[in-house]
Amino acid sequence: MSDVITTDAVIIGAGPCGLFAVFELGLLDIRCHVVDILDRPGGQCAELYPEKPIYDIPALPVVTGAELTSRLLEQIKPFHPEFHYNHMVTAVKKLGDADFEVETDGGLKFRSKVVVIAAGGGSFQPKKPPIPGIEAYENGSVFYSVKKMDALRGKDVLIVGGGDSALDWTINLQPIARSLTLLHRRDDFRAAPDSVKKMRELAEAGKMSFKLGQVTGLKGDNGVLSAATVKGNDGASFDVACNAMLPFFGLTMKLGPVAEWGLNLHENLIPVDTEKFETSVEGIFAIGDINTYPGKLKLILSGFHEAALMAQKVFKLKNPGERLMFQYTTSSSNLQKKLGVS
Amino acid sequence: MAKITFIQHNGTEQTVDGLPGMSVMETAVKNQVPGIDADCGGACACATCHVYIEPDWVEKAGARNPMEEDMLDFAFDVRDNSRLSCQIKVSDALDGLRVKVPEKQF
Ligand SMILES: Cc1cc2nc3c(=O)[nH]c(=O)nc-3n(C[C@H](O)[C@H](O)[C@H](O)COP(=O)(O)OP(=O)(O)OC[C@H]3O[C@@H](n4cnc5c(N)ncnc54)[C@H](O)[C@@H]3O)c2cc1C
Ligand code: FES
Repeated sequence: MSDVITTDAVIIGAGPCGLFAVFELGLLDIRCHVVDILDRPGGQCAELYPEKPIYDIPALPVVTGAELTSRLLEQIKPFHPEFHYNHMVTAVKKLGDADFEVETDGGLKFRSKVVVIAAGGGSFQPKKPPIPGIEAYENGSVFYSVKKMDALRGKDVLIVGGGDSALDWTINLQPIARSLTLLHRRDDFRAAPDSVKKMRELAEAGKMSFKLGQVTGLKGDNGVLSAATVKGNDGASFDVACNAMLPFFGLTMKLGPVAEWGLNLHENLIPVDTEKFETSVEGIFAIGDINTYPGKLKLILSGFHEAALMAQKVFKLKNPGERLMFQYTTSSSNLQKKLGVS
Repeated sequence: MAKITFIQHNGTEQTVDGLPGMSVMETAVKNQVPGIDADCGGACACATCHVYIEPDWVEKAGARNPMEEDMLDFAFDVRDNSRLSCQIKVSDALDGLRVKVPEKQF
C-alpha cells in the first residue's frame, strides 16, 4: 500500500478556480495538494482555449487562457502547492473523525481536513468514437490512452487520428509494435510538424503504413480485435488487420466520479450555499463551474470570489474557536510575509 | 429571421427560428435541439457541434474555415458535407437551411 499524504486541503481540479483557491487558502496558512487528471494546470483554459483571449478578468483587459494560467501559477508560488497531474480522484470518503480520505486512480491516497472540489465541467476524458460494438473491445484491444507501452509490444497496432497524441504514439510505438498503421481522415495534420515529418519518413522507409480513411466497424472474437473495417476517402471499404487499436479523438468533459461521493447533485452540478460554498457534507466545498446556487454564473471571476469565501470557512474548521482577523494584502505585514514580499 | 430545420438520426425534424448573426449551433442550443452538445460553447475547440448539411444547402452554407477543418479531425464519421455548426452564421440567405444531426457527437 502506498503512503498516505497528510495535508490541510485537497483541491480536486487545477483549473483557474482550483489554482486561485491555493492562493486564498494559502493566505490563511492552509496547505494544499492539487490533483488533476490532465497532465498540466489550467483546466478548460489550458485544454479548450489556450490561445483565445478572455476579456472579462478584472484589471486584465485581455489575457489568453494560457497566460491566465501561468499568471495564476506565478501568484500561488509563495504557497508551494503540490501538484499531482495525470491522476483522477476516484473516491472521497469521510473518516469517522473530522478528516477525509481522498484516493486517485493512480494509487495516491490523501488524508485531509477539507476537500475542495473545483472540478469544472468534470474530468477531461478521451472521446470514445461511436463505432458499433467498440465497447466489447475496450481495454482488451481498444485503448484510449497508453498506460504501459509494453502492453503493445509485438502487437499489430492501428492508431486513429491526426493530432499530437496520434503522431507521438505512432513514433513511440513503431519500434516495439509488430506492425503499425496510422489512419487519418486527411493527408494533413494538426500536430507538431516535426512529428509529422518523422512519421512520413517511417512510412516511406516501409517501417509503418499511413492510410487515409475512417473506421466504420470492428472485427474480432471475445473482445479480441482482428481487424478494423475502414472506409477509404474514395468511398471503398477495406480491412486493416490489427489486434490493438488506439483512437485519438481529443478529450471531452464528463462528470466522472464526482457523482459517486455521496453529495447532493442537481443536474450534474453540486448545490452549495453562497456564504461558504460548502456542499451537503461539512468540510467538502465546491467552487467554480462545478457548483450551482441561485444566480450562479459560470465565469472565472465568480469562481475566484467563491474561493475567497470558501477559505474563510476552511480556516474556522482548521482552527476552531480562533478569530480570523480580516486583512488586506496591501497593508498587512503578516500576509506580505506569507507572500514573500516583505 | 431564417428558418432552420434540424433532422435527427431517426428522421424527426424540428424547425426553429434563427436570428441573423447567431451561429447555427447557438440556434440549436437555444431551442434545445438534441444532439448538439457544443461542449466548448462555440470556440471551435471541441467538435461536438458536428452536423451534416443537406445536399441542396452545402454551397450556400459555405466552405469550412481552416480552424474548423483541423477541429473536424476530432469529429466522428466526417463526410464531405460535414460542418461544425458553431462556425456557420445564420443569415437571411440561409432561410430554409436543413442540417442532419449525427447519431452521436461522441
Ligand atoms: C471556449 C471557452 C471560452 C470561455 N471564455 C470565458 C471568458 O471569456 N470568461 C470567463 O470568465 N469564463 C470563460 N469560460 C469559462 C471558464 O473557462 C470556466 O468558467 C473556468 O474554466 C472554470 O474553472 P474551474 O476551475 O471551475 O474548472 P475547469 O477549468 O473546468 O477545470 C476543472 C479541472 O478539474 C479536473 N477534474 C475534474 N474532475 C476531476 C477528478 N475527479 N479528478 C481529477 N481532476 C478532475 C478537470 O480535468 C479540469 O482540469 C470559457 C470557457 C470556454 C470553453
Ligand atoms: S461548439 Fe465546440 S466546436 Fe463548435
